[in-house]
Amino acid sequence: MAPVATPFFFYLLSGIMLIGGILVITRKNPVHSALALIVTLLGQASIYLMLYAPFVAGVQIILYAGGIMVLFLFVIMLVSIDRAMKERQFNSQWVVGIIAATALGGLLIAVFTKGKNIFPEHMLPVVTDSNNTQEVAKLLYGQYMFAFEIASLLLLVAIIGAVVMAKKRI
Amino acid sequence: MGQIIQYVKSYLTSDQTPGAAGNMFWVLVYILLVFAGLSVAVIAMNWLERKILAHMQVRLGPMRVGPHGLLQPIADAIKLLLKEDILPAEADGLIFWTAPFLVVLAAFTVFVVVPFGPTHAITDMNIGILFMLGVSSLSVLGIVMAGWASNSHYPLIGALRSSAQMVSYEVAMGLAVVSAILMTSLNAEGTGTLSMIGIVQAQQVQHEWFIFKFFPLGLVAFFIFAVAMVAETNRAPFDLAEAESELTAGFHTEYSGFRWSLFFLAEYSAMIAVSSIAVTLWLGGWLRPFPNVLSGATWDEIFSFFPGASFLFLAAMCFYNTARMPKHPLFRIQTIGLAAFGAVLGLIGLVLFIPGVRVRIQDIFWFSAKVAGFMYLYIWYRGTFPRYRFDQLMRMGWKVLLPLGLGVLILTASVALLQQKIWRP
Repeated sequence: MAPVATPFFFYLLSGIMLIGGILVITRKNPVHSALALIVTLLGQASIYLMLYAPFVAGVQIILYAGGIMVLFLFVIMLVSIDRAMKERQFNSQWVVGIIAATALGGLLIAVFTKGKNIFPEHMLPVVTDSNNTQEVAKLLYGQYMFAFEIASLLLLVAIIGAVVMAKKRI
Repeated sequence: MGQIIQYVKSYLTSDQTPGAAGNMFWVLVYILLVFAGLSVAVIAMNWLERKILAHMQVRLGPMRVGPHGLLQPIADAIKLLLKEDILPAEADGLIFWTAPFLVVLAAFTVFVVVPFGPTHAITDMNIGILFMLGVSSLSVLGIVMAGWASNSHYPLIGALRSSAQMVSYEVAMGLAVVSAILMTSLNAEGTGTLSMIGIVQAQQVQHEWFIFKFFPLGLVAFFIFAVAMVAETNRAPFDLAEAESELTAGFHTEYSGFRWSLFFLAEYSAMIAVSSIAVTLWLGGWLRPFPNVLSGATWDEIFSFFPGASFLFLAAMCFYNTARMPKHPLFRIQTIGLAAFGAVLGLIGLVLFIPGVRVRIQDIFWFSAKVAGFMYLYIWYRGTFPRYRFDQLMRMGWKVLLPLGLGVLILTASVALLQQKIWRP
């Protein structure tokens, strides 16, 4: 099936993501920031869909819906919203911030304009088949099995560490 | 003009879902059909729930509005739409107003991939089941938004309870789903599928519904899902989030009128959505019962009469009750109404007997009938089980269902591996 109005959707989604991202840092109320963040992440999931990566998009929605939930609860439980609303929002190190931002922006622009030599000559063939998920599974559980297992071991250690630190008596 | 007609007609000859065929017209038609069907189903559920609960408690239930209270849901809808839309003082207006829409959106978007038949789905996605679980988990967000934005204690506690409950039962639910998906990979290629249509087709190819596969492993996985899905949808006996004895109405305490009815709509369509996941994964989706024992063209023919026959049965019930109506002149209009309703049902039943319609409609009928069975179970649970305490609920989720789910997953994987080793060396 041929893609429909690709540039339009790309610019629409990018616009939504940018607006969401700006709202995350400019809102004074942390709950609003968390909600703007989920708009950004859902836009990102849609961009994955446009790149023919439905599995990544689905996982993005599942993980970040849960992740933002937890963030939301942290905000409700840990942050005093009345006080946060009164605090000054941006700190005074704006000179350093501008330098860092221009450096990063310059790097990105430089790569975008003359990055043809850095990246491989030919793009990978776009997987338009409907078996994207199966291909991901084959790579993850075949070629990269070891790395995958180490990553899950790392997560297990983190979980156990969290339980050990949070619980007074085990 | 001719081109448009050609475009519309071109889908009819293809045996794909409209989404896969890329035909915009039929996609829109299917979306409208699913939306209308869902709304009718929610209205019917509203009436049925009151009636069935009432009969379980030896009451009559709604009897005044229309014959046997049949018009009660419409009266309710009008009442809700005419109510004032209240925004509590100090509430966060924007979030308060968007929360119900988010919940409804999540509950309805899920139906994009629900397979009512091999070609009767809006579209078939490669990540079907993942999409359903992911999008339906977005509804928690709406619930927490509603609870927080109401700026009130009961809604906040209800929302926090609901989020804790949904996040913990999602784990057990996911494990049960994975063990069913594992079963789809038992074919010649050895690759499974996440597509909803593919899952049902795998059951067709293996000549076995997954609930009976590797007995009792499929059954246990189904049981875990059946418990977790009640908790996911915040229904009795796990309706802690809206426990009226403790929290008035939980997260939607402050909502009134139209916005409250959106929550109601979302709750019921989410129930239908999770039931259709269960039907697709374990109960063979659109496949008719007994495809192996009672196989052959004759039995296919006999089973294709079921949809029409069931409507005729409903019509007969209506006529029976028409005859039993009180003969007093005050009841005349209600009697005529009931007879007319029976006549409409009978006509639908007769239409379903036409051979062309009969063949096309039977997938949808079997799928809907299985989902309807789950809907009845939901009402039955509500009528029989007492509500759990919150710590009992958490213990059930983390200490019973989660280990059970892990065990089933490991056992299913081992049995599947053994089977492949023995049968295909």
